[in-house]
Amino acid sequence: MMKRLVIVLALCLLPVAVTVQAGVTLEAFKFETKAEEQHFKDLIEELRCLVCQNQSLADSDAELAHDLRAEVYDMIQAGKSDDEIVEFLVARYGDFVLYNPPVKPANYLIWFGPFVLLLVAGFLLLRAIRRQKRTAVTDITPEQRAKLDAVLGNTPPQQDKQQ
Amino acid sequence: MTRYLRYLVPLAVFMVLVAFLYRGLSLDPKRVPSPLVGKPMPEFSLPRLKDPAATLSNSDLMGKVSILNIWATWCVSCRAEHEVLLLLAKTGKVDIYGLNYKDERDKAQQWLAQLGDPYVANAFDADGRVGIDWGVYGAPETFITDRQGIIRHKHIGPLTVDALNNEILPLIAELQSTP
Repeated sequence: MMKRLVIVLALCLLPVAVTVQAGVTLEAFKFETKAEEQHFKDLIEELRCLVCQNQSLADSDAELAHDLRAEVYDMIQAGKSDDEIVEFLVARYGDFVLYNPPVKPANYLIWFGPFVLLLVAGFLLLRAIRRQKRTAVTDITPEQRAKLDAVLGNTPPQQDKQQ
Repeated sequence: MTRYLRYLVPLAVFMVLVAFLYRGLSLDPKRVPSPLVGKPMPEFSLPRLKDPAATLSNSDLMGKVSILNIWATWCVSCRAEHEVLLLLAKTGKVDIYGLNYKDERDKAQQWLAQLGDPYVANAFDADGRVGIDWGVYGAPETFITDRQGIIRHKHIGPLTVDALNNEILPLIAELQSTP
């Protein structure tokens, strides 16, 4: 029992150990200040690794990600602005490297699609609710209502008027 | 009419969804279109693979329709592609240049000696910097450049005989017929 628990705990900790190890790759870069290091980290968080595709440059352990991190580091050290660095990568790999794609016609669907769907869904919901309200009162005959009240044990005519 | 609408609208929405999903089946997320297509090829100047004292630069590819193939000995699908490159070289229709990407010189030379050499010349890109300029994110990749040195096509992944016949050779013929 105890042994099994230890194994389960060890397995739970495994991902932690792996991520700690993956983080080590960043320590090869030297920064003068903490702020500079944070700036570098923020920048590579926003850039996608083209090899793993669902990981950022910061997370990926792919060979290309190593090279691109080094490239970004060199550009920061050379005093390039964030815009210049992003432009450098977009010129080579396209908008796909950006986790935050620019708002331009080719990307309109990805930016506005969800809001359009939300509007359509909201409109349909509103219409359905309205229709239900309208039909709820009319689609029951007085006889049915009397029967319903009898079953529920209500004396509703007065109650209805109060509402 | 409105009676049918409540059936037709969901059906239409469903059909659109099916169309998107069906299209998705034939899309490979690993194939990211290159922004370099239609632009002048990036400048480079690198030592050659077989003769480190000599250099290969982008100007060597100019003035004719050329192919630049990115490959490495650590790349498994490059081995499968090699046969196809040999076939293409045998047609004699186009000069094939290679960018030996992040490889070891001995191994690459051995590979060409063993499997045959379809390349006019190879540039040896040890640290992959030139690869980054060309937007390389995985070997093999193949670029076709025209006489003016403009990149006209990028093929991602290994070349196949099918791609050669339907995609590469027709484009080469087209580019060669325009001055």
